[in-house]
Amino acid sequence: MTFDERLQNVAIIGAAGKMGSGIALLLAQEMARLKNKPENKDKNYRLYLIDINLDHLAGLQQYLRTQLVKAGEKACVLLRQMYKDREDLVENQDCINQYVEDALSFIRTGTDLSIVKDSRVIFEAVLEKKDLKVDLLKKMDNLCGKDTLYLTNTSSIPINILNKEANLNGRISGFHFYNPPTVQKLAELIFADNTVQELRDFSMELAKRLSKKIVPSNDIAGFVGNGHFLRDGLYGLREATKLAKDYSLPGGLYIINKISQDLLIRPMGIFQLIDYVGVDVFQSISETVAGYIQGEDLEDDLLKKMYDKKILGGQRSDGSQKDGFLKYDKNRPVGVYDIDKGEYKLFDPQGWSGELDKKLGEYPVGFYAWRNLVADLKKNDKLKTFFQNLKSSNTLGAKLALAYLKNSKEIGEKLVKIGVAKTAEDVNNVLLNGFYHLYGPINDYI
Amino acid sequence: MTKFRKKVYLAAGYNTISFGSGRKEFNPKKARPGIEQYITEAGRGSIAQISDPKNIDEGVISNFMAARFCKQGNLAGFIPEIDPALEYKPSTRVEGACGSGGLALVTSMKTVLSDLADTVLTLGVEVQNTVKAIYGADILAGAGHYASERKEGHAYFFPAKFSDRAGVYYQKFGYEPTRKGMALWYEQMIKNARKNPKAQEYQNSIEDLFGAGMTPPNPKAFVENLNIYDCSKVSDGASALIFASEEGLKKLGIDKKDAIEVVGYGQCEANLTKQPEDPTRLLTTQKAAEKAYQMTGLGPKDIGLLEVHDCFTITGILALEAAGFAKYGEGAALVESGKTRIDGEIPTNPGGGLIGFGHYVGGTGVRQAVDCIHELTGKANGYQVKINSNRPYALMISMGGNDKTVTAMIFKKAE
Repeated sequence: MTFDERLQNVAIIGAAGKMGSGIALLLAQEMARLKNKPENKDKNYRLYLIDINLDHLAGLQQYLRTQLVKAGEKACVLLRQMYKDREDLVENQDCINQYVEDALSFIRTGTDLSIVKDSRVIFEAVLEKKDLKVDLLKKMDNLCGKDTLYLTNTSSIPINILNKEANLNGRISGFHFYNPPTVQKLAELIFADNTVQELRDFSMELAKRLSKKIVPSNDIAGFVGNGHFLRDGLYGLREATKLAKDYSLPGGLYIINKISQDLLIRPMGIFQLIDYVGVDVFQSISETVAGYIQGEDLEDDLLKKMYDKKILGGQRSDGSQKDGFLKYDKNRPVGVYDIDKGEYKLFDPQGWSGELDKKLGEYPVGFYAWRNLVADLKKNDKLKTFFQNLKSSNTLGAKLALAYLKNSKEIGEKLVKIGVAKTAEDVNNVLLNGFYHLYGPINDYI
Repeated sequence: MTKFRKKVYLAAGYNTISFGSGRKEFNPKKARPGIEQYITEAGRGSIAQISDPKNIDEGVISNFMAARFCKQGNLAGFIPEIDPALEYKPSTRVEGACGSGGLALVTSMKTVLSDLADTVLTLGVEVQNTVKAIYGADILAGAGHYASERKEGHAYFFPAKFSDRAGVYYQKFGYEPTRKGMALWYEQMIKNARKNPKAQEYQNSIEDLFGAGMTPPNPKAFVENLNIYDCSKVSDGASALIFASEEGLKKLGIDKKDAIEVVGYGQCEANLTKQPEDPTRLLTTQKAAEKAYQMTGLGPKDIGLLEVHDCFTITGILALEAAGFAKYGEGAALVESGKTRIDGEIPTNPGGGLIGFGHYVGGTGVRQAVDCIHELTGKANGYQVKINSNRPYALMISMGGNDKTVTAMIFKKAE
């Protein structure tokens, strides 16, 4: 079966979740493009979106409509070419409306798995729980033809395990989108030992069609992306816990979040990132990876406590950030969780947080916020100068930041050493394209 | 050679801010002033400079597509909203796409010359940020020939029209020198705009303007031969001024030192249903400029202030050639020579032009005339040009559509 034939009938399981909905949008766009090719005029296209939650499915339909309009607006130059033979579509508005209707026309939503029985490709994007995934994959394999291909969006569970336990005989690969899938340029591809060639080729072609940067990862729990993120986050948690002795736990969390954003020139601090991903998701990654990798402590008590107390972060359906390690107002951190008191301690630039800022010290000359460097063509030179100055700075902030950078580099090198990533470049590409970092962890700055 | 049978003056000019992306206070998600707020601000800004609004005899308002951008027609009905004294006075709305403002100037001038009015309040307005640029492109495409051009046309209809012109021009006169001239045009216009607090690019802080102007075009997302810096922005705004006879100036209490005089004009309309005869020339603009020169006996050597319709950087260069300031194919070189800079021999668009000031389409022609008033009467403040006594005249060219509706006017300081 050709790639285009496969894409005529696709299903996404867990489609109303954060990752599933993004994958649905990307596939709907690609399928709409195919459907509008003259040679495909008489072919039927179907994109089945399955989720257990009916309310979320209703939200998904609205999300897709809104996002397809935006996508159509952005790609209008191409849409006009796509609809050049449609005499009735004259204005941009006409073409965009038609594009949205075309895409929505082949989408079917539902809670019943049985509607996917004719699908030729199935994306799995349910919760990061191995048993749940295995159970669903088995069910679908019983419903669908034995030539159906499965792609899982797991970010940490080895594909060989899913393949073996669901008995898929190599008809599964890991296709790990980053969050949000429509924005992040990265696709981490992971194959089981016996993943069939057609699926390998399909995965590569799909990534290309969706304009994703492909980074291969070996099939070791956590892969490259979460391999780094998990260890980086755990380091942050442990450093914050150490600092708690002198500055209290909220103080430690505040300090580490601040230096990991500002002095590492990252888009957000480490605890904001964990909140963005979801404390529950991060805990689940931690538990999963820890279960597969021996000889390394990949769990954390503070993280477990947060999870047990249901302080989970994540986003609301409108995209706004829920409180987690940090408290948010209009998606900006305004406070930090005090786990002993069970309440948030609001930042106070005139009081406690301002005092901590002073203790961290002045930022070195050449400091830029991430947002001011992201589009700067001379950012590499500026980063070089900044990190040189950081190294010669003697402040508490600089020391913590340098130790953080050093640890991040060691994580990256370890991922290559233990065979998760094939090269240092792959590690760097994941952080650059999946995490929006301005520089890879394996660098000459430190 | 036709001459005016009496003198016609312009005074009491007022521009609102050209509002849209680029202005720090602009937020597309927040509520903004609507079309009537712009009309009343500009109108009141103008009549605040006269003794008594009851002495205004008529109103003329130009606009292109308020009926689509703002769902509002019958714009002449907003003139009495400016001041109760204007209630029941004659008012006329004119339209000629991006050249609407030029038509407002001509209509007002002819009204004074007809002796039916001594004073005319002239306004131009457009509010475009009501829709996203991709839908605005549909609306602006109405300046072309819908039946024969729109279906085949580009998503960004007008940028593509001038991109096509640029493409042919590159082939004929070389990509590098032309692209360089276009980037320098962008640089000059933004530098001018930074001196004009009402310009949309007043707060522009790009360090390397020339480098930005040299950005390679991205045909997948935009058009073949232009980058975004080559384009004037989407703008909301209005401009107003007053046309008056000798008698009219007296009635309004306007001193001649605050007025400029229309010395001559040229107005041309080209067939909307036809494609440009030669994409590398603005032939209608050329004809309009020639008419104005013929009427006045003046030529480019007499012009010490130039206001051209640079909806795109390439259009600025083509306009320099069409109006006789550069030979055919040498427009880019003229820009490179520095002569069009604010301190050059032929200061061009000192307030920023369409690229730097902004382009509230139906009001731009009036805005150009307001800037001529300010410059020739020494009231342009930060973007004041030193008018060379050997070149005491200003030439403005208002252009609509793809070089279809063109008005050229020559002014001098009133004596």
